[in-house]
Amino acid sequence: MVGPVVGTGSPSLEAPAAQGVEIVDVSHAFTLEGRPLPVLDRVHLSVGPGEFVALLGPSGCGKSTLLRLVAGLDLPDEGRIVAEGRPIDGPDPSRVLMFQDPTLYPWRTVAANVGLGLEARGQLKQLRHRVDEALQLVGLENFASAYPHQISGGMAQRAALARALVNDPAILILDEPLGKLDSLTRLQMQDELVRIWQDRGFTALLVTHDVEEALLMAGRVIVFSDRPARIRADLPVALPYPRHRDDPELVRLRREVLGLLGLAT
Amino acid sequence: MSAVEDVRAARGALIRSDARHPLWLAGAAAAVAWLGAAALTALWPDADDLGRTDLLATIMATIGAALLVSFAADRVRPLPPILRHLGPWLVALALAFAGWELITAKLDLLPRPFFAAPQSMLEVFTDDWPRLGESVLRSLWLLLPAYLLGAGAGFLVGIAIGWSRGIGYWVHPALRLIGPVPAVAWIPIAFFVFPSSHSASTFLIALATFFPVAVLTWSGVAAVGTAYYDVARTMGAKPWFLISRVAVPAAMPSVFVGLFMGLGASFSVLVVAEMLGVKAGLGWYMQWAQGWAAYANMYSALLVMAVMCSTLITLLFRVRDRLLSWQKGLVRW
Repeated sequence: MVGPVVGTGSPSLEAPAAQGVEIVDVSHAFTLEGRPLPVLDRVHLSVGPGEFVALLGPSGCGKSTLLRLVAGLDLPDEGRIVAEGRPIDGPDPSRVLMFQDPTLYPWRTVAANVGLGLEARGQLKQLRHRVDEALQLVGLENFASAYPHQISGGMAQRAALARALVNDPAILILDEPLGKLDSLTRLQMQDELVRIWQDRGFTALLVTHDVEEALLMAGRVIVFSDRPARIRADLPVALPYPRHRDDPELVRLRREVLGLLGLAT
Repeated sequence: MSAVEDVRAARGALIRSDARHPLWLAGAAAAVAWLGAAALTALWPDADDLGRTDLLATIMATIGAALLVSFAADRVRPLPPILRHLGPWLVALALAFAGWELITAKLDLLPRPFFAAPQSMLEVFTDDWPRLGESVLRSLWLLLPAYLLGAGAGFLVGIAIGWSRGIGYWVHPALRLIGPVPAVAWIPIAFFVFPSSHSASTFLIALATFFPVAVLTWSGVAAVGTAYYDVARTMGAKPWFLISRVAVPAAMPSVFVGLFMGLGASFSVLVVAEMLGVKAGLGWYMQWAQGWAAYANMYSALLVMAVMCSTLITLLFRVRDRLLSWQKGLVRW
């Protein structure tokens, strides 16, 4: 039942190795006013371990739904999603979802928010050092005891990133995590995310509306059609990091992607 | 600039800032007002034979003298800002006491015994304080356990119906029907069903507290965004964690609104219960004083009750401020 077996390294409890994801003929629908509203139409996608894949598509096409399915927050109506050789049947800390909103708990300090996953699994006592490491990784070590309302939007999103990374995810699922940031913070966070991904080696799935962002960050860009989402194109971005937005190859790819999205110039 | 000049300039700045520190005019006015009220009380003979006139005058004079000293001390070292802040109130209080003294004790303009002179209320505190004190303790002894019982039950029920559809299905209709009934409407049944008036009153106070706490806890839990749960769920949180670490803290601001409303409701049930059945407490004291036409005692008990209720509300807000320090823009009590 499994496609190409991925993540062959022996899985350790402390830090699971990067996992691939097999999305096999997944279809999904919502019920809207009593009628089914199909959002995913036989999506078939194979993501190798350690890959950085960006999902691009028109607004509301169902990309975020696909991410929720990979996170295990919802189960697909048809088809299956396999990670580490096992079908995904629920949320698992090895696959952490980062949302467009930081969704920090306002009643917890930044450090307590970052430690959430460890606390939920009863590991906070033994692994408290990971909280400090994650805060350092995103540059928030001086804001550990601040409350969310005291920090800026960019810092809150960094804290959300630290909260995801503290779990040492094998797959980091990013649902437009930079969508609401100001453009400067956004550029900075793009670089930082790539740096952390290179450093940690997890598999990254990124949903974004920003073509340039996808091309700057991902090793592969998947272009979706309008709802119900179908895969239109699967483009490798074989450029070394750090990438430059004026790179002629990147400019060419951007034009191609925009064309696929019906926005040819 | 030489060092000497530096020092001189610094001293000049110091003196200038001292000169800019304004006279505490409100304090001076308050001192004069209190001393004047004391003189009025002591020197103008009472229209009728009243006790404690001298003590009242002494207290007023002491306040006036203390204010005079503070006014002088303020020139040497600035007073704490809170005292300065209270200045206008101190003036107004002195004037109010003087006016009250004038129209009751001195001119006897208001019909007695319904209106009491300040010294008559003072006399209640000096002579009847054991009974007043006991009444306060009896009231608290009845109120606090009952309030905590009702608040605890309301909190648990609120979480249960906010969290579980199944529990909500059964409890919600009962809560909607019975909850809005004023708790005092149960008095005839409660005093009949329960073995003692104390247990009946405990039930009524707990019931009055229960309803707002349950409803507001419920609405607080129901209003928690699913994103909060999703975040914790993707990180491996179990249902108990979602309830205790996500739903409950997120609902706390709403819970405190319920606790505040419940406390208010519990006060009114307490007083009614004490007036009707319980033979102790401030409500009973007021009823008893009124029966003897001892209006000064009644007003004194009312004053004590105001202080008691206000203190309890203040305590509740303190607890809230501490627990909800993460919130922006809390209403200060």
